[in-house]
Amino acid sequence: MELIQNIIKSRRVGKMEILNDYGIVLALAGAVLAALIPGMASAKAVSMGGIAGAGVITEDPAQFGKVLILQLLPGTQGIYGLLIAFITLSQIGILGGEGDISFVKGALYFAACLPMIIVGYTSAVRQANASVASIGVVAKRPDQFGKAMIFPAMVETYAILALLISMLAVNGVSGLSI
Amino acid sequence: MALLQMQRINIYALKKDRKQILELLQRKGVVEVRDMLKEDKVFNRSDVSHAKQIMEKNISTVNEALSILNNYVKENSSILSALEGRKELAVEVYDSFKEKYKPAVGTAKRIIELSKIIAENKAEVLRLQTQIEILTPWINLDIPLNFKGTKHTTGYIGILPNSWTLEEIYEKLAQFMPLNVDIISSSKEQTCIFVLCTKDNKDKVYETLRGMEFTLPSLSIDLSPSEQLEQVKKQVEEANNRIKAATDEMISYDKLRDELKFLLDYDTMRLEKYEVIGTLLQSKNVFIISGFIAEKDIKSLEEELTSRFDLAIETKEPRKKDDVPILYKNNGFSEPLEGTVNSFSPPGKGEMDPTMVMSLFYYALFGLMLSDAGYGFIIALACAIGLIKFRKTIEKPMKNTLKMYMFCGIATVFWGIIFSSYFGDIFDVVGKTFFGVTDLPVIPPVWFFPVEKPMLMLTFSMAIGLVHLLTGLAMKGYQLAMQRDYKGIIYDVVLWYILLISGVILLLSMEMVTGILGININIPSNVVTIAGILFALAAVGIILTNGRESKQPFKRILKGLYALYGISGYLSDVLSYSRLLALGLATGVIGSVINQMAAMAAKGALGPIIFTVIVIFGHALNLGINALGAYVHTNRLQYVEFFGKFYEGGGKEFKPFGINTKYYKIKESWKNGNIK
Repeated sequence: MELIQNIIKSRRVGKMEILNDYGIVLALAGAVLAALIPGMASAKAVSMGGIAGAGVITEDPAQFGKVLILQLLPGTQGIYGLLIAFITLSQIGILGGEGDISFVKGALYFAACLPMIIVGYTSAVRQANASVASIGVVAKRPDQFGKAMIFPAMVETYAILALLISMLAVNGVSGLSI
Repeated sequence: MALLQMQRINIYALKKDRKQILELLQRKGVVEVRDMLKEDKVFNRSDVSHAKQIMEKNISTVNEALSILNNYVKENSSILSALEGRKELAVEVYDSFKEKYKPAVGTAKRIIELSKIIAENKAEVLRLQTQIEILTPWINLDIPLNFKGTKHTTGYIGILPNSWTLEEIYEKLAQFMPLNVDIISSSKEQTCIFVLCTKDNKDKVYETLRGMEFTLPSLSIDLSPSEQLEQVKKQVEEANNRIKAATDEMISYDKLRDELKFLLDYDTMRLEKYEVIGTLLQSKNVFIISGFIAEKDIKSLEEELTSRFDLAIETKEPRKKDDVPILYKNNGFSEPLEGTVNSFSPPGKGEMDPTMVMSLFYYALFGLMLSDAGYGFIIALACAIGLIKFRKTIEKPMKNTLKMYMFCGIATVFWGIIFSSYFGDIFDVVGKTFFGVTDLPVIPPVWFFPVEKPMLMLTFSMAIGLVHLLTGLAMKGYQLAMQRDYKGIIYDVVLWYILLISGVILLLSMEMVTGILGININIPSNVVTIAGILFALAAVGIILTNGRESKQPFKRILKGLYALYGISGYLSDVLSYSRLLALGLATGVIGSVINQMAAMAAKGALGPIIFTVIVIFGHALNLGINALGAYVHTNRLQYVEFFGKFYEGGGKEFKPFGINTKYYKIKESWKNGNIK
């Protein structure tokens, strides 16, 4: 109730200054979700690779190194998410930077995190599918590892592009004075 | 940057020398044997499948024996043993192994037999132990378990569930007196009883007992339980003794492990030899080896063979339709990447060896993606130590891997210094936290900090991408020149070059693009005009020519238009190089975060120690993950973006008839470039 009254009051003044206290909440939500959702997806993705890889190792333990690389490939989305989370945290006054975040700026930070959050989630699981298939290739034809490795790497491109935009956007937002 | 010239070779020799000649060829490993000649009335191939089967069986026996032996006596092997390579043996050892061959096979078989004995006896011990468990409750009974009674009495020996007292049992059986009940043993779960009754009552007593859920013991033996138990225990001891003896014998074979390994290699070599024999054309006294050999090896092989045997060697240019195997020739800098090219595909017909050009970009791109001087230094140092320490025995593939990572590491150091990244920003953090340095950064970058100017870094990444792609296109031109397809050079390469370069100039003249990229270039307006005209001309040229394989003019134009649409492919290819920025920043930022966390935790007297632990652990993790990323994405950029412009592959790797063993290699007194 108090909040609504405050908003009404701020309307009267013609500004919504009171919302500015909540800018940091949005920014933090963006950062936390960037670590949380791609992290979840990568955990699932790596476990898919692990399950497929364990099967290969029972038959041919010598393939451990190759299988491990293929298993790890979809794990990077979680790290990219963590990276965006860290950059954001270090600019909104939680791990450094200015703490005074306006509502608009907070929303902008949130939006800047979105590519990593969403693409990170979907691409990790899709990449894991490719990884599992490539692990199958290594099981049957270990000499074709070089080619098998490229298939999951193709999927990762889009996670990298999302990381790039999120990173540039977070950096760009911190330069805005709104 | 080249492939070795290959020649067809035919060797005509006498059958009596066959073994020696083949073994010599195998040790040399310079000829790839192919059955390219046809059978006729005089010359035909012999069937060697039976001999091969025996050897394959031997190989699998020895492999099994070695793995069993390894379960009983662990072999001392460190992680570094992979670097050591195979042991070298003289030819004489190989030749003299014949006498040891049979005993070694015997040893392998015996090891498998022993493992069977051990497994059987272990099963026996388990079986006996269940017997002991069953017998133990009956230990106080002094008659055999299968006692049925005497002339006038019937005895029931068995188990009642749950615990019963003597009174309770007598109560149930009271009407059938006279009888005698003994409780042999009793526990919560079961009560072992012995009931003796008169013969007249035996059925009724049994029925009543059944009503009490009486069951007979699961063993039926003629001895009293205590005697039986004694016997079973003795049997267990015997089985255990047999296991111990077998294990001891097994362990004693540890001494013969080297012999088994040699046997494995010996038969592997013989198997390969027999595979070759299967492809030879043979008459009564003569046989012919046909195959491919690198031109440079012909002379030395000819000298070696003709000085020792009566034979004739014939070499000639490969025919047009021959599927000539590929053997690379590169300098030490590019050689490590032959494997990378091979794992895509060796060059096909009319294609050049891309290794040399690729290697320049490969190292640079890897370094740019990892781009940390500290990490690069660690990688390069570790590889250099491995290379120096094992320089005498290291095998070629391992050596190439180490060399590749060493060059990648050096490139990483280079880019790390350009962009001032040393374990993230370790110097700044240590200076600030422990020494109160305020003049940051401690080491300024040679060029700029990518974190501060990401757009500039993005522009730089895409510029490198453009150079990489144009190089690929130039390679295509070179290849077309080798095939003497001069029209193709103009239509498929020169026109595209004009289109792309004028296109880039046009893009850079737009304020919107320079604004996004954050660069400031002033291109004179007449240059822009010329670029515009050239762009239009090149586009028209491509539309007219790139569909030239179609005769129908309408179809041809449509195909040309579609080819021009390929420019969007170039756009996405160039954008793909933005991963150089993303992965480079990822390494740097995560590294800085680790340092920052370590600095936050580094308070108090133990501060420096906590700091060091966090830094070492964190950076090891970061290095591992980002080196993996850099490796995978460098390969991707080479395979997809670079090779996509000119390279298809499809060739066959040169697989010489040689010594492809696991543990040993045979040293020839005579040295050759290919045997090391």
